[in-house]
Amino acid sequence: MLKTILKATVFATTLAVSAGAFHVPAFAEVVYNRGSAAEPESLDPHKTSTIYEANVLRDLFQGLVMQDEKANVIPGAAESWTVSDDGTVYTFKLRKDGMWSDGSPVTAEDFVYAFRRLEDPATGAEYASMLYPVKNAEEVNTKKGKPEDMGVKAIDATTLEVTLKAPTPYFLEMLTHQATYPVNKASIDKLGADWVKAGKLVSNGAYTLAEWVPNDHIKLVKNPKFWDADSVKIDTVNYIPTEDRASAIKRFEAGELDSYDDLPTEQLADLKAKFGDQIKVGPYLGTYYYAIKTDKAPWDNVELRNAISMAIDRDFLAEKVWQNSMLPGYSMVPPGIEGYTPALAKYADMSQIDREDEAKKILEKLGYTPEHPLKMEIRYNTSENHKNTAVAIQEQLKPLGVEVTLLNTDTKTHYSFLEQKGNYDVARAGWIADYKDPETFLGISRKASGNNYSDFDNADFEKAMDKAAAAGGNPQERMKDLADAERILVDNVGNIPLLYYSYHDIVSPKLHGFVDNVMDVHPSRFISKD
Amino acid sequence: MLLYVLRRLLTAIPTLFVIVTLAFFLIRVAPGGPFNQERGLSPEIKANLEAQFGLNDPLWVQYLRYLKNLSQGDFGPSYNLPDFTVGELFAKGLPISIQIGASALVLALLLGTLLGIVAALNQNRTGDYAVIALATAGSTIPTFVIAPIIQLVFGLTWKLLPIGGWGDGALVNKIGPVLTLALPQIAIVARLMRGSMIESLRSHHIRTARALGLSDWSIVVRHALRGAILPIVSFTGPAAAALLTGSIIVETIFAIPGVGRYFVDAALNRDYTLVMGTVVVIAIFTIVFNLIVDIMYAVVDPRVRYD
Repeated sequence: MLKTILKATVFATTLAVSAGAFHVPAFAEVVYNRGSAAEPESLDPHKTSTIYEANVLRDLFQGLVMQDEKANVIPGAAESWTVSDDGTVYTFKLRKDGMWSDGSPVTAEDFVYAFRRLEDPATGAEYASMLYPVKNAEEVNTKKGKPEDMGVKAIDATTLEVTLKAPTPYFLEMLTHQATYPVNKASIDKLGADWVKAGKLVSNGAYTLAEWVPNDHIKLVKNPKFWDADSVKIDTVNYIPTEDRASAIKRFEAGELDSYDDLPTEQLADLKAKFGDQIKVGPYLGTYYYAIKTDKAPWDNVELRNAISMAIDRDFLAEKVWQNSMLPGYSMVPPGIEGYTPALAKYADMSQIDREDEAKKILEKLGYTPEHPLKMEIRYNTSENHKNTAVAIQEQLKPLGVEVTLLNTDTKTHYSFLEQKGNYDVARAGWIADYKDPETFLGISRKASGNNYSDFDNADFEKAMDKAAAAGGNPQERMKDLADAERILVDNVGNIPLLYYSYHDIVSPKLHGFVDNVMDVHPSRFISKD
Repeated sequence: MLLYVLRRLLTAIPTLFVIVTLAFFLIRVAPGGPFNQERGLSPEIKANLEAQFGLNDPLWVQYLRYLKNLSQGDFGPSYNLPDFTVGELFAKGLPISIQIGASALVLALLLGTLLGIVAALNQNRTGDYAVIALATAGSTIPTFVIAPIIQLVFGLTWKLLPIGGWGDGALVNKIGPVLTLALPQIAIVARLMRGSMIESLRSHHIRTARALGLSDWSIVVRHALRGAILPIVSFTGPAAAALLTGSIIVETIFAIPGVGRYFVDAALNRDYTLVMGTVVVIAIFTIVFNLIVDIMYAVVDPRVRYD
């Protein structure tokens, strides 16, 4: 023990002395302790699914395109690209100075290899669908086609040609997803599954992976081989998972964390009072909704679904249950996507009292009163706020003659029940955008979607969605078609949208370049610290 | 004695086998699987994932494969942290949980025993009441209350300790978690010790010792303590197994990368291999510590023999 203390003292003295010796700020190592609410699952871009991996991988790798500090698409490993007139062939010109952290050049072949690996069934990639717009990609992934037939080709070392099935205006947005990042073939061939280990991982982004102690920290250090290394101001980024949000705030206050990507929202008002503009809350591309079985009596009645949806007081949910960490939601697509105006439910402008009266009238007409109530079960996955939301809705619907019972299960049970099309009435669900496009929110209500938990099946909606897909080459027309599709979905109450998500971060004033945006994307590359 | 230990270790193998078998099939009864989540996967993608982990084979094939791998010390890959095998996760986390747990246990045994003796010797006097009050508080205030209080007082107000994190095992990072874990255990040990000490002090051989005019110190330490310590020994076995394998509350609040959280997280995530790993580890710890307790009995109490 004494030895340890001695060692620590000597070490501290050395540090103090060396810090004094290098009294030039430019030489001081800049360390960013970046708190996150959860541990990433895998740092293999092809095996990831959560935003916690996305944040780390965005620092480690460079896809063809990337996102800037405002989440806009910017060139990444590709310095430029052209799109054929029919919108199906993308030709990417890779930057000549693009380099892997082992010093080898990033080539078009690397992308061909990575795209094939993502679709290879043996990889077991959860996000293989991110490249489904590419010709034959889905076929490869579902074992109906050969990898060589995929629409991805290296014309020469720095020219990559990607052929799509059909024009897909959001393809570049999809390419910002971490599943489309390149991986280093040489190191995978050499190391097998161990290629992702800290110290071995070869990456092409602003940082390299130095350490990963699960549930403790992931240490990234600046990659000197990165083509834009000169502009990277943070030398070391420590991703520090802190699951307990109350602890995380204390760690932030004590200076152990420079930022944290979640907040104990039940204390939001107090936190705002205490931390002022260090608390960042704003709209995030996510929708919190209830799926309702549209193919099961009595929920197959549009009028009935509409009455239920109309009667729910979303302002109350947002303010009282979620402490304004969520916003009242009246559409499936949340606001914030450029060029798109969400189709709000028709009653969105009515006062709550009018809505309740209207809903009561409809329910009475259908024969439901407090004396002869309609029975409805709400299923939700374990979470204090999901419970409080369901309880609030239970109370709101009671005077209208709807007797709500609640059923709570753990997350895995909940979603496996939904996936197997179990016999439920209403079930909680949420959808967070994978890329910035309305399609990601509307596609889940298509008949064939595995996420169509309402069993919504509407020919007009399908037609409108197909029309939007066909209008791929004309973005403005496509957005209009998508809005038409959403209008049909919302008017037919294919789901009951309740709230829009918001991002909620706490950020030290020492950090610069942590810019608010609807994707809550903050590449460390653009951040600096005083 | 050696024979006895050997025999006990041999009987542990079938016990472990039964535990592994039960756990393997029980977790599969739970609805859902490792790949059910908010964003549902298409059947094809899910099939690819399941094939990768061999989950598409019949259950008995998976079971036999698991037993075979386990017999070679291979716990398999974690489903939810696929970059690590279950073995690697334990290799990194278990030493951390053991350090925290062992420190808490030693602290609890030393302090608890001392407080218990003090209370017993001052029965129904101020010292006794103080210990009882402390013990009652210690065992009734839950750790999820103690931990944030320690963070607030020692971390934020006095700035003596970090709020959380492991800090590569720095001493200051351990104090909060160890104290939180130890406090309720100190209370239990003190109460146990007080009770058995009072009883021991009333027994015939102590009365004889007093009649012989032995000093108080000699009576308490050499004669009464020996008899009184037995309940503490029995308590130590299961307590050690529980403490050394980590605590989810303490590890989550103090952001300590131990294995305590895996017991709950793995089950909730249906991370089958990690669930099995935790079951095996806890089972081994429980078996080993129960054996140690039985041996300790023979050492402490001359009436116990295992020949």
